[in-house]
Amino acid sequence: MAMIETHKLAKLYDLGDEGVHALEDVTIKIEKGEFVAIMGPSGSGKSTFMNIIGCLDQPTAGKYLLDGQEISGLSRDELAGIRNRKIGFVFQGFDLLSRTTAVENVELPLLYNHVPAKERKKKSLASLKMLGLEGREYHHPNQLSGGQQQRVAIARALVNDAPILMADEPTGNLDTKTSIEIMELLVQLNRDSGTTIILVTHESNIAAFSKRIIHFVDGHVISDEEVKKL
Amino acid sequence: MISIISTLRVALRALWVNKMRSSLTMLGIIIGVSAVIIMLAVGTGARQKISDQISSMGSNLLLVVPGSSTQGGLRMGGGSQSTLTQDDADAILREGATISMVAPVLTGAAQVVYGNQNWSTGVQGTTSGMLEVKDCGLTAGRNMTDQDVRNATKVCILGQTVVDNLFGSIDPIGQIIRIKKIPFMVIGVLESKGQSLVGQDQDDVIYIPISTAQKKIVGTTLPGIVRLILVKARSADDLAIAERQVTDLLRQRHRSSPTKEDDFTVRNLTQILQMAEQATNVMTLLLAAIASVSLLVGGIGIMNIMLVSVTERTREIGIRMAVGAKTWDIRIQFIIEALTLSLIGGIIGIIIGSAGSAILSAVMEWPTVVSTLSVFLSFGFSALVGISFGFYPAYKASLLNPIDALRFE
Repeated sequence: MAMIETHKLAKLYDLGDEGVHALEDVTIKIEKGEFVAIMGPSGSGKSTFMNIIGCLDQPTAGKYLLDGQEISGLSRDELAGIRNRKIGFVFQGFDLLSRTTAVENVELPLLYNHVPAKERKKKSLASLKMLGLEGREYHHPNQLSGGQQQRVAIARALVNDAPILMADEPTGNLDTKTSIEIMELLVQLNRDSGTTIILVTHESNIAAFSKRIIHFVDGHVISDEEVKKL
Repeated sequence: MISIISTLRVALRALWVNKMRSSLTMLGIIIGVSAVIIMLAVGTGARQKISDQISSMGSNLLLVVPGSSTQGGLRMGGGSQSTLTQDDADAILREGATISMVAPVLTGAAQVVYGNQNWSTGVQGTTSGMLEVKDCGLTAGRNMTDQDVRNATKVCILGQTVVDNLFGSIDPIGQIIRIKKIPFMVIGVLESKGQSLVGQDQDDVIYIPISTAQKKIVGTTLPGIVRLILVKARSADDLAIAERQVTDLLRQRHRSSPTKEDDFTVRNLTQILQMAEQATNVMTLLLAAIASVSLLVGGIGIMNIMLVSVTERTREIGIRMAVGAKTWDIRIQFIIEALTLSLIGGIIGIIIGSAGSAILSAVMEWPTVVSTLSVFLSFGFSALVGISFGFYPAYKASLLNPIDALRFE
């Protein structure tokens, strides 16, 4: 069974007289443990695609199966539950709660999964440690560098043992050196823990860290190929 | 739903970050709650003052006075007839099943003298039942006895005002005073009752046996005639029945034909004061209603600030939704925040309101009572304000689209 499977997925934005197709006829299969980069110029539909497979948005047509479960037609709260248990998000702007310490940020998905306070803390500290943030657990985001903030975000994405990690331009706000560090971290994660990683980027050197690249243009998939490692 | 403690911590942190804003918002609730507390305290104080007066006057009391007389086409005022007798009083006590005590009264005014002091006061001839009828105790000495009344002994019981004016610091018991130049022995001193509802000094009085009064003080009255009869019913519920019984009995005794008007009047004093008490209740409610308008305005302040807060924190809401917060998780978070604002404001308001009431009663010499009920009421009301005015912003937050919320700058 594929981790992610879409069949003739479409998203139509209703803008007055004529609808705009953000996505059209997208049929894709992503297996467990894959590391996929989604590329395309802005407006190509790659973000819309990620929002749908990330259960943040619903398609207007087509089918989407996540881990064998039909997603279209689920309620807001059911989608929230699936996001909580199956998907970890990493965003371009890190998106940490600014007034909250690193460990409390990491605890957030566990909080909404009703994990008891003690266990929440234990798991969060372990997750931060795994990402090399020992000693920074009680720092606030503004006391951390961009790279460290993104590590906290990754720790948060992984703390609930979600099988999928979705990263939307995770290196967009980072310098080259830190970007490479973060990408190597994702590669290691994919290799060692078997986490399925879906990466949205428009930079080909970042996409090159993945194993498979899907290109979007005008809402259509125009290419889907394995990355040839040198 | 996520745990209340975690939510409470998030709420407190969010309120702490915007200290100035939170405290100004709270101020609205503080003013509202303290206004409600003070107004209720003033009203309750006034009501208590009135019920103190009811009990000082004697409870469950009926006043029987003679009717008006007509002399050559001139109608005299109420009580001008001489129709009530001491026998009437005895008959009322004997035959009225709901009546616990009666006291016939013969009134007069006299100059009283002790040593080189003198004082003009009301002298009331009555029987031993007077103290029970008036719910009045003695601070010193003894009550008059039935024997005193039978024998028309020259003994008297003084009110506190009379004692103060005649004796100063001397112990009055056993001393001889002169009432209209006739010597009387002081046998008792009445408990102080303070002013009546209309400002009359209830302590400026002397009780003497009614028989003595008839012979020595009032003089001109026919034997056995009394000025008024005080009747005490067994309980407040019996008052109406007692009123009927007294009326029927007196009509019978006075041989009034069915078409004839009563030659006496029965007044229910307690009822009059109870009406005053009800009027005070209405006033209290009115004051509290006006004060609660400011609590309402405070609630709108909370709603306003919560709406601002939801807009400012749209991105935070987006992040929470992305990691799995459900509709009610978000809703509860903002409701708890509004509730925290209103409850902290409510507690501070209760403290300020209680202090304000105390200051008011000290400065204005107006009795105020902060009742437990009013404290719970205003606390509950501020909680209600928090929940109801926090709900809309919380509802709005929970309906945000996660993608839009995440993209919000």
